[in-house]
Amino acid sequence: MLKKILGYGMVLSFFALVAVGCGGSQDGYIEVRGSDTMVNLGQHWAEEYMEKNPQTTISVTGGGSGTGIAAIQDDNVDIAQSSRDITDSEMENAASNNVEINEFVVGQDGLAVVVHPDNPVKELTVKELKDIFTGKVTDWEELGWEDGGEISVYSRQSNSGTYVYFWENILDQEDWANDTKYMSGSSAIYEGISSDKAGIGYFGVGYVDSGVNAVNVGLSSEGPFVTPLESSNIDDGSYPIARPMYFYVNGTPEGELLEYLKWVLSSEGEKVLGDTGFYALTQEYIDVNNQTFNELGIE
Amino acid sequence: MAKKDLSKKSLELGKCRNRQYWREWFVLKGLTLSGLFAIVIVAFILGFLIKMGMPAILEIGLSDFLLGKRWMPSSPEPGYGALPQMLGTIVVAVGALIIALPWGVSTALYLSEIANSKVRNVVKPMLEVLASIPSVVFGFIALVVVAPAVANIFGLSNGLTALTGAIMLGVMTLPTITSVSEDALKAVPSDYRDAALALGADEWETMTKVTLPAAKSGIIASVMLGFGRAVGETMTVLMATGNAIRMPLKEHFGIILPDYLSSVRTLTATIAIEGSDVPWGSLHYHSLFVLGALLFIMTFIINLIADMVLNKGIEGGN
Repeated sequence: MLKKILGYGMVLSFFALVAVGCGGSQDGYIEVRGSDTMVNLGQHWAEEYMEKNPQTTISVTGGGSGTGIAAIQDDNVDIAQSSRDITDSEMENAASNNVEINEFVVGQDGLAVVVHPDNPVKELTVKELKDIFTGKVTDWEELGWEDGGEISVYSRQSNSGTYVYFWENILDQEDWANDTKYMSGSSAIYEGISSDKAGIGYFGVGYVDSGVNAVNVGLSSEGPFVTPLESSNIDDGSYPIARPMYFYVNGTPEGELLEYLKWVLSSEGEKVLGDTGFYALTQEYIDVNNQTFNELGIE
Repeated sequence: MAKKDLSKKSLELGKCRNRQYWREWFVLKGLTLSGLFAIVIVAFILGFLIKMGMPAILEIGLSDFLLGKRWMPSSPEPGYGALPQMLGTIVVAVGALIIALPWGVSTALYLSEIANSKVRNVVKPMLEVLASIPSVVFGFIALVVVAPAVANIFGLSNGLTALTGAIMLGVMTLPTITSVSEDALKAVPSDYRDAALALGADEWETMTKVTLPAAKSGIIASVMLGFGRAVGETMTVLMATGNAIRMPLKEHFGIILPDYLSSVRTLTATIAIEGSDVPWGSLHYHSLFVLGALLFIMTFIINLIADMVLNKGIEGGN
């Protein structure tokens, strides 16, 4: 008897859940998927927004920029978060599915190159980074740390937008070093490097914490070597490996989705951006967004 | 033989011969059919993997795929060599067995031959709990506990190595090996033990020279299952081994030996990493199915070899 009651209870509660789910979608259910770099940020945005707009439900999941972009191509999500540009072939693929993809820049990320705090190397040029990550330089000695030993290279996995950005902009699409360890997320790289004296890796500046040291990066050996931890260096473009972060949506955003997008780009959204460790848009990107809004006929 | 028995039985039963006969006929055929169905599913999966992988094999060439060492599918000059990953899979799984086999079999021996029922009632459920821990939890433990420990012990800069993966997989295959081995040991008739003791063998001799050899086929079966689990495990290996695509071999004194102290990539890890965002229908997409087929064929061959050993063992026993 008890079992029976329990059973009915479970079935009922299941239907109740489904019903609530449906109700949510009518009032405004927004599904966000994509970049692992942005998953924390996306969640903070969503929480803040849902607190002020209880009628809206926003679900945020990661999986990598590629995963998000793959989902928006099939119109499976409302927003794809991405830390890299959408590619031409992805645009074509979306078009063949009758999906018209619109791009909004929602923030900036300084890509931090991180080493162990005991590592005396504090400055690296973009060229040196390329040599390290392609395996041309394999010993810390060559970079001025005499008993540093063999360099231990950490990278994200290939479904990560950060990986793609780094590979295209730092490695010039050359092969990664043979011994590169591919980690399943920024926090895994953090765990690895904070316990690996010879380690070097990269991730969004939001993940930099006391266990690792973000090196100053310079375009050439003359410098200047700048840190990604000062927002002014990202804003004025002097940090060489900063990148925009995107929202990709299908068609012209309207209703709840548009409200959310506007809120994210507002000063309230910007505050969350800063709190999570990312950087606000420069005027250049604000202009780009405004132009997109104009083209779509949105006030 | 079964048919003969059935008809004979039916004859004896006389009047209700037909009903009885047909009922048993249906049961017999039904069982055969469900057995065949399992084979059909397996064949279908293999066929599907090969069909989906064919375009990649045709374009890259089987020998380049199997013997190539460069795996860079998204590079402007892509490379599709799966050898480092195949060896990586074998190295990690064999390492796991080297750790789990003595441990698991001695645990099984203890549980079935020595432990009293009270101890057994505690230890056995604990082992089963070990089997139900999600692999991502093992992976996290590997990342924050085991890897730093391995790095410390061997003086490495980091512990994301084949050894770390093997240790984790060893722990994860332990419940499988222990419980199947224990069942095999329990199934050894007590006459064997009694006879050995009566002939003057002590308990240790009885265990190692009579009970253990008698349960050999079951223990080999447990190893088979454990190996299958180790080869197919994904999440833990993904987190523990660092996933560098390199040959897991190193020369020691002129002999090429597996290199357990550096990072490796397994076949499952590649499928998990690259499967989620590979462009549909591309060469890269099809090549991942080839990896799946390789994984399948590898486990199949291992099972086949184990099966042959098993049969030989039984014949020898008789």
